[in-house]
Amino acid sequence: MSPSVRLQEMIRVIRSARTQGEERGIIQRECADIRAQFRQGDNGERSHSLAKLLYVHMLGYPAHFGQMECVRLIASPRYNEKRIGYLGAMMLLDEKQDASLLITNSIKNDLSHSSQYVQSLALCTLACMGSAEMCRDLAPEIERLLRASNSYIKKKATLCAVHIIRKVPELAELFTPSARTLLSEKNHGVLHGAVVLITELCKRNPDTLDQFRKTVPELVQIMKGLVTSSYSPEHNVAGISDPFLQVRILRLLRILGHNNDTASDAMNDLLAQVATNTDSSKTAGSAVLYETVLTIMDINSESGLRVLAVNILGRFLLNNDRNIRYISMTSLQKIVQTDHNAVQRHRGTIVDCLKDQDTSVKRRALELSLALVSAVNIRSMMKELLIFLSFCPPELRSQTASGIFNAAERYSPSKRWHIDTILHVLTTAGGDVRDETVPNLIQLITTASELHCYTVHKLYRALVKDIAQQSLVQVACWCIGEYGDLLLKGECEEIEPLQVTEDDVLDALETVLQSHMSSPATRGFALTATMKLSTRITDNVDRIRSIVSIYGSCIDLELQQRAVEYNALFKKYDHMRAAVLERMPVMDKNSPGYTNGDTPGEIKEPDTSKPKPVEAGLLSEPASQVCDLLDLLGGTDTPLQPSPAPTSTPTTTSSADLLDLLGGLETPHSSIPTVSVYEKNGLSLKIQYDKQTETEVTVSLIASNSTQNDITSFTLQAAVPKVYTRSIFKLHLCSLQIDSFPSTACQPSISPL
Amino acid sequence: LRIKGNSMESKIRFILIQNRAGKTRLAKWYMQFDDDEKQKLIEEVHAVVTVRDAKHTNFVEFRNFKIIYRRYAGLYFCICVDVTDNNLAYLEAIHNFVEVLNEYFHNVCELDLVFNFYKVYTVVDEMFLAGEIRETSQTKVLKQLLMLQSLE
Repeated sequence: MSPSVRLQEMIRVIRSARTQGEERGIIQRECADIRAQFRQGDNGERSHSLAKLLYVHMLGYPAHFGQMECVRLIASPRYNEKRIGYLGAMMLLDEKQDASLLITNSIKNDLSHSSQYVQSLALCTLACMGSAEMCRDLAPEIERLLRASNSYIKKKATLCAVHIIRKVPELAELFTPSARTLLSEKNHGVLHGAVVLITELCKRNPDTLDQFRKTVPELVQIMKGLVTSSYSPEHNVAGISDPFLQVRILRLLRILGHNNDTASDAMNDLLAQVATNTDSSKTAGSAVLYETVLTIMDINSESGLRVLAVNILGRFLLNNDRNIRYISMTSLQKIVQTDHNAVQRHRGTIVDCLKDQDTSVKRRALELSLALVSAVNIRSMMKELLIFLSFCPPELRSQTASGIFNAAERYSPSKRWHIDTILHVLTTAGGDVRDETVPNLIQLITTASELHCYTVHKLYRALVKDIAQQSLVQVACWCIGEYGDLLLKGECEEIEPLQVTEDDVLDALETVLQSHMSSPATRGFALTATMKLSTRITDNVDRIRSIVSIYGSCIDLELQQRAVEYNALFKKYDHMRAAVLERMPVMDKNSPGYTNGDTPGEIKEPDTSKPKPVEAGLLSEPASQVCDLLDLLGGTDTPLQPSPAPTSTPTTTSSADLLDLLGGLETPHSSIPTVSVYEKNGLSLKIQYDKQTETEVTVSLIASNSTQNDITSFTLQAAVPKVYTRSIFKLHLCSLQIDSFPSTACQPSISPL
Repeated sequence: LRIKGNSMESKIRFILIQNRAGKTRLAKWYMQFDDDEKQKLIEEVHAVVTVRDAKHTNFVEFRNFKIIYRRYAGLYFCICVDVTDNNLAYLEAIHNFVEVLNEYFHNVCELDLVFNFYKVYTVVDEMFLAGEIRETSQTKVLKQLLMLQSLE
């Protein structure tokens, strides 16, 4: 169809519109025209009008009234009209429209048309928008065409078959035999289509996959031909012979060789050859090399080959082209767990990529760097990561901060280094760290008792400099509250001495209290710290008293409550004040998952004492203290209700009291009753359903011994059905409550099967 | 908003040619989308791709897929593929396609694509089909196109 003058005219007119409104007006007129044409014109006119309509559609205007026209035009005997009709079908019709079914018959006829160009139109349309039903109807035709003599048609037919299989997977068997024979085609286009078809068949059906494994030698031959000779000069791209075909074959080999030793062996030599001989100076070569690397890593290749692959990736990292660096890191990320040492060799380059301009490259480099941190390189890596943190784009900051924390936790060479690192992160990016960082850091500080002096000095200085970073301020307040006496002593070996008076300290805390930058939680910390100092300083207790009483009328409810309680502590319970506010015990981490909100099972109590407040007959004010304790244990989110009744018997350890408090927090037992599973000879075993969260179910086994004698060699073994091994089901055995088993003789052991 | 569709299939989801202003010069869809979904995708792709410049890679993560794109003068050629696909190969495919257009229209410019839009679709259909690369030999494709042209 020679471009209709009217079509070109219309396009010109539309483009000359100066405003959106003008354009809309023109389009409306044209559409009205087109509609009139559809109603009365002959087919020749129709096709021109449809072409115009399609242009209008491309601009984004509705064109559904042209759908029936497409159907009509497809049925026309003239090529030009058919062609526009099919184009219209591909653009306007899809599975949801009823009109699409009407063209099935036309397609069927055209598939056997004498002109290959008409056949090709039909094939193309079917492959583009064929619905499942159309595919089912026409599949036998396509299969016939796969065996047809014309390579032009075969090319299209193979990909059409791919589309059919995607739409209607059950038809896969229909195409399997022809696919096999197509591999011996010389025509690259057909070969390419055949490889795609076979790939699709293998992905969907493991039996077919087995069948096609036998073709590996043939595929290897084809590849060899491509790599060594200029097999076909028409398909040459930048010196590589048909890189697209090579990439597809490599992909198919990957699927065939995966988890299969014989197949993998058969392709070993070839992969080595491709890896060494392909010229990677241009993108085409790199594309082939990249696919080769992916294949090598995914099949059972021998270790020499794997090292070769990792080295290629390493070479990519040094490439000037940013694209290549990016994909190299993406692949290294996938193999860093399995081939850790090989990737470590390229650590330097990866760290350099942290400074790249493109954010996605930076992100990849960050993930990879974090994966490469080990005990050996922790110091140098951390230096780089901290530098990165200061300059990195905002969307990567929280990821970097968490990564640094994880790495520090696992590999820190010393406690002091660990604390320094966390402080550094808090100062640079305090706003982006997770909430659990504060309790984690506090817990860490308490365990490093030799560093208390150093830590509190450092934190004090940071606090004085800047109170904007909430997490930093919170930790600083807590430390000053706890270790204020060390701060006031003034000297500390590891840091320059600084004379700090009591007023200075109280000034600092008051600044935090009064600043509008402080969040309510931070102010809570500051208030409690101020209160704690009342037992640690000597001269300014009155000042503290007045601060506390001022806040008794604070608008913030939490602060007010605290202040009132502290006030009461001053007035009515002054004799208890020292005991309540004394130094915290060293806190243990609860359990592996303690940083998260959901703690599995019971919380392990700290080894050293019973927090005194609990024993001293519970009254309201220590509750806030205990609140802090529980917060710091990384416990629950639900608010604590102080247990009203004073705990009566200290027979069981007061840890039980603590747990009683916590007992109020657990979600009420569901209606599943405790099941008694064994009662014999004085030993009774009960299974109790404790709680269930989205990801965990906690069950307790309670064993009690009612005989006079000790029970020895009591072993608990837990197992899960094989079905649930690995990722789906994780069995977590946590703490042990030795209640009524007589003490020494019995050491119950727990072992997961 | 995820693009629906089985992501086990690795194939091209759509090919777009847009100019800097966001006008679509070609939109070939290899997956089922409603009209308004198509419009939304076009706008999103435009937003994502036009903010990038020479110091970015040619790959963008897009919803649950990725886009390989390249800019030629005022036009962006975008192919949306699966995350497991070979980026570099599709980058080459784009270039291959553009070279064919260049040959066919004798130093192609944007207006050629506007006034001959139906021919551009023919070129696409010769080189890509059912979401896969179909014919990569430029000589062969050009020969076919000239044959088709003679039928008009």
